[in-house]
Amino acid sequence: MRSVVVVGASLAGMRAVEELRAQGFDGRISVVGEEPYLPYDRPPLSKAYLMGTCSPESLALADEPALDELAAEWHLGVRADSLDPGTRSVRLSDGREVTADGVVIATGGLARRLPGTGEERPAGVHTVRTFDDAVALRADLEDHDSARVVVIGAGWIGAEVASTCRALGHPVTIVEGDTAPLARALGPTMAEVCTSLHADHGVGLRTGVGVESITSSGFGPWKRVTGVVLDDGSHVPADVVVVGIGIRPATDWLAGSGIPVDNGVLCDSGCVTVFPSVVAVGDVARYHGPRGPVRHEHWTNASEQAATAVRNLLAGTTVEEYRPSGYFWSDQYGVRLQVTGHPADAEEVTVVDGSPEGRRFVAEYRRAGSTVGVLAMNNPKLFGRLRRQMRAGTAQGSGV
Amino acid sequence: MISAPVTNLPEGANTAEHVMVPACAVADLPEGESFRIPGEVPIAVFNADGEIYAIDDTCSHQDASLSEGWLEGCFVECPLHAASFDLRTGMPTCLPAKKPVRTHPVVVQDGMVHVVVRNQEAVA
Repeated sequence: MRSVVVVGASLAGMRAVEELRAQGFDGRISVVGEEPYLPYDRPPLSKAYLMGTCSPESLALADEPALDELAAEWHLGVRADSLDPGTRSVRLSDGREVTADGVVIATGGLARRLPGTGEERPAGVHTVRTFDDAVALRADLEDHDSARVVVIGAGWIGAEVASTCRALGHPVTIVEGDTAPLARALGPTMAEVCTSLHADHGVGLRTGVGVESITSSGFGPWKRVTGVVLDDGSHVPADVVVVGIGIRPATDWLAGSGIPVDNGVLCDSGCVTVFPSVVAVGDVARYHGPRGPVRHEHWTNASEQAATAVRNLLAGTTVEEYRPSGYFWSDQYGVRLQVTGHPADAEEVTVVDGSPEGRRFVAEYRRAGSTVGVLAMNNPKLFGRLRRQMRAGTAQGSGV
Repeated sequence: MISAPVTNLPEGANTAEHVMVPACAVADLPEGESFRIPGEVPIAVFNADGEIYAIDDTCSHQDASLSEGWLEGCFVECPLHAASFDLRTGMPTCLPAKKPVRTHPVVVQDGMVHVVVRNQEAVA
């Protein structure tokens, strides 16, 4: 293999480039990125960057000497429009074509939008996925001093954005279709803890109710959001609306390529597609885990998957299976939440240290007597220990 | 944090430029344990298999306390993103950290662990 093209200048794409070099690949590396930026770190976009406490420069995933050392060609601000896996050529939106011996798909996902919040959405309606998204939201909040913010979706991004907007002094209401925030991810007991976090900080929470439509006033470029109509008929006034309802994997460009796509790029247990010279990493990769096809949308996964995918790409076959650490974290309302494993699978959850009321605790999720997940708030030390114990346990046992 | 004048510094240290900050009793820092000296620049003290080391507590990658990290040999793994640092040199041994953390000399005196910090870093 003498050349590799990485599609997606994301964390996963960047890690793939780093892994290629770390694993001794000295051929040509081309990276295609739709955004006009070198790879940057997304987690701060909903927190420190939105808050105004970190600079754009600090988001960079690599500084200049590191980039020089990686010696990759960067095609930024161009989209990959199609892939021919047979010739491994990627057609770009500016008409050029990049051909290589190996392809790493790292195109991530696109923020899901509600009907009426797409391209023609009124001003004041935002998502937070890209750097440009965060810049636009931050500017909007700065321009509208006491803007009432409605966050649609009480997931991780929604909670973090709500927390930051609140810290900036905005009145905030969250609208969540489920019965409680993160109820499916963390179970009802811990969802209650999340509910109380929002309440503690004066953030309104409307649960069990969907969004019917976005209301706006004005015309053309002056059209601006005025609120959100819920499916119980009520209207929540808003000057800024943030839609945080997840992502859909960015696979449209692979249509007709012959690479099987179903809620992500389908891969084997080692992140290899049906073509041994095409692998996928990060949010877009739906690999075959011990319990069936699975896709993760977390920083740690995007960071870890590259090592396995690149090893298999360079080997020309799947020589290593991907084993996720299944870890992620969230900083909100001044607390740090850390999660590992599969809390959603648990039959019971037990607080094993501290207390939720004290905002410092560790909870274990158990199923059939064994630990399947751990959630910690402000206790990284014990979390780290239990996370290791659980990982050691699953290594001998049933798999992740 | 109260800073004491330095009386017994490792070789090369200078009393005008350094102060000795008491951390904790040796007895309170068994093997595998850590202690955090709070302050503007917090410092983490570790007992790694009997050797005591001190480094800047804040991970050079993003805001996380290394004293809460996982200690293995003379390496500590950041509890947030799993960057690993060599306690002897402060150098990161894996991503996502790329910059080192500063190391500080440690002096054990009268059963107390002290960290020698440069004067301007001493936190009153």
